[in-house]
Amino acid sequence: MSDHHLAQMNIGALRAPLDDPSMADFVTALDPVNALADAAPGFVWRLTDEGANDATATRPFGPDVIVNMSVWEDVESLRAFTYRSADHLDLLRRRRDWFVPLGRPGLVLWWVPAGRLPTPEEGGERLELLRANGPGPDAFTFRDPYPAPGAHTGRERVTEPG
Amino acid sequence: MTEDTAGTADGPGGTAAGEAFGERAIGAAGALADPVRRRLYRYVCERGEAGRSDAAEALGITRTLAAFHLDRLAGAGLLEVERRRLSGRQGPGAGRPAKVYRRSGQEVSLHLPPRDYEAAARLLAEAVERAGAEEALYAVAREEGRRRAAEAEGAGSAGAPVRLEEVARALAACGYEPVAPAAGQEGGEGGEGGEVRLRNCPFRSLAADFPPLTCGMNLELLRGTVERWGGFQARTAPEPGGCCVAISKNNED
Repeated sequence: MSDHHLAQMNIGALRAPLDDPSMADFVTALDPVNALADAAPGFVWRLTDEGANDATATRPFGPDVIVNMSVWEDVESLRAFTYRSADHLDLLRRRRDWFVPLGRPGLVLWWVPAGRLPTPEEGGERLELLRANGPGPDAFTFRDPYPAPGAHTGRERVTEPG
Repeated sequence: MTEDTAGTADGPGGTAAGEAFGERAIGAAGALADPVRRRLYRYVCERGEAGRSDAAEALGITRTLAAFHLDRLAGAGLLEVERRRLSGRQGPGAGRPAKVYRRSGQEVSLHLPPRDYEAAARLLAEAVERAGAEEALYAVAREEGRRRAAEAEGAGSAGAPVRLEEVARALAACGYEPVAPAAGQEGGEGGEGGEVRLRNCPFRSLAADFPPLTCGMNLELLRGTVERWGGFQARTAPEPGGCCVAISKNNED
């Protein structure tokens, strides 16, 4: 087991307030999809608001910008949940129904020492790093993943299994 | 100084220019020039995997000949080989493990003169994501799906598919490699048996880098097709290695 875990943050600019009828499909999907994440292999932690089951009230990046943040054992477990569960893939596929394009990266991945939980502020810094320099060991994406510190030397391309 | 003239600095094969001219792909395609080998390749792909004896029997050739051709296909990178003990026999007396062949994960594509549509697809996908133009892509895909449906109806003598098996047959022409539900299970209550699963993703490498975009496009493509035929629906159902869409009969039917 690695001594690092994968942190993930993505932000989305809402098209309408969450209680607007146009957002109903998204809001309805939150609980089931969060439950799916909680039960997914490799899931470690996700950000929630105090007394709530999601983090939709946390808005450090602007009044209309919601945050999704979680920790996983590795890139592959997060990738499997993100892209290979039908319910979550359907949400991603329809994201333009609910979210305005940012025109720049909205998702960032980075490594944290196992046991230490990331904060949205830290996520914001990583996102800025990604936007400024492109993918690197300190801030990367699914398309250009980097290995955990000490795991391997150099860049590691994670490919789809055959 | 740039190398823009093929074959100047480097020789005919195993070089940058050689790769641009598809040396590896030509080798793979060359292995398929033999008709028996082509039938074997198709047999293995359709079956998912096959041993030497099954393949020989299915094609009506000797096991030795099947083994020779299967190994040539593996040597060309078209098939991959796994050694496995068949029929659960283990321990001493179980014999040597048999070779099981399946299609390799390598993609072979050959464009002469050299073309790079995949790089273009990646750039376009990135631009669509950045601009948030997914809706436009989905709409275009749906239209293309309807066009394909009309084309398939025109090509077949039977008109629009009515049964799931006919849907499967029609989608085979688009490269999806459908697996039709087993006989007798059709019209079941939405179980595995009542669905057409698609074993091949025609957009595989693009889907690996742009999953929601590519799977969304593919879903709309298939929706356009099966909805035009009527009585069918397509849903997201990601499966490792296969296509992320499953097709079933409409519930209200």
